[in-house]
Amino acid sequence: MNKEFKHGLKNGIPIALGYFAVSFSLGITMIASGISAAEGTVMSLSNLTSAGEFAGIRIIAVGGTLAEMVLTQVIINLRYSLMSMSLSQKLEESMSLWKKLIIAFANTDEIFAVAMSHQKSLTFPFMAGLQLLPILGWTLGTLLGAVAGNLMPERISIAMNVMLYGMFIAIVVPAAKKSKPVLIVACMAIVFSCLFRYVPGLDKVSEGIAISICTVLAAGLGAVFFPVKDENENTSDTEENIKKN
Amino acid sequence: MNVYIYILVMAVVTYFIRMLPLTLIRGKIKSRFIKSFLNYVPYACLIAMTFPAVFYSAGNLAGIIAGVGVAIILALIGKGLVTVALAASLMVFLFSFIQ
Repeated sequence: MNKEFKHGLKNGIPIALGYFAVSFSLGITMIASGISAAEGTVMSLSNLTSAGEFAGIRIIAVGGTLAEMVLTQVIINLRYSLMSMSLSQKLEESMSLWKKLIIAFANTDEIFAVAMSHQKSLTFPFMAGLQLLPILGWTLGTLLGAVAGNLMPERISIAMNVMLYGMFIAIVVPAAKKSKPVLIVACMAIVFSCLFRYVPGLDKVSEGIAISICTVLAAGLGAVFFPVKDENENTSDTEENIKKN
Repeated sequence: MNVYIYILVMAVVTYFIRMLPLTLIRGKIKSRFIKSFLNYVPYACLIAMTFPAVFYSAGNLAGIIAGVGVAIILALIGKGLVTVALAASLMVFLFSFIQ
């Protein structure tokens, strides 16, 4: 098997486990909202987005309009366009268009996070491997939650809700430990995010839009105050480090 | 309305949001500002999604605080994704017996 693909698969395991747990509760919600197990499974396989699906289920349950559905999905999922912009800069430059079209399908929060913390530029086999198991985990978790949700003790399914947040922490904290600018950007993101949650007026903004605004503000301020070094400068830094050592 | 029509609309909209920036941006961006911005996007976005939302994700606040605390400590000493994520869940699970 291709080495890059295998490496990707391995990196996808924790995401797949987390997805299984979250989509399990998604499956339970679907049944409770009158969506069948087959419909729910197709939804998870074709959408791969937790917040977007939870919102979509609500709209289907109340018989909302398609325009409402489009608007909600755009608002909630807008952050993915920011992520795809970042991802575009880390892909191997020679990657063909059709391979990008495939990779785009499963650029989820967690896959994006793991891809961006990867040390090298991203190849198609690595990305394909990284996405495969999480797609399976998300889809199968939804199916099982829908057909057997009542078998899982509530204590466990509730505790599993924090798993994906745990993953986010595991990705950001080491980076913030190494780089002060990242730490400051992360702190700014917390402050902005809290403003949108607790300040009257601002708390009316939908969560999807709020996350995108917080991201743009915190990353934008980071870019103003702590511009990253040019690649040439980086190389000379590395060379200096090598000489020092 | 057929549920599958809703699902199709959801899937197409979500796919285009992910696909357009990935395919329209060709090659490496030269602007230092945009490069820096995109460098910080992952951290800003993940943190904005996590805080304060995580504290409302599993009911039992004491358990979540313990879970987040343990996750941060384990991440600081260099533990991997699975360990950190499972430890956070385990704390919430254990605390659920206390209340």
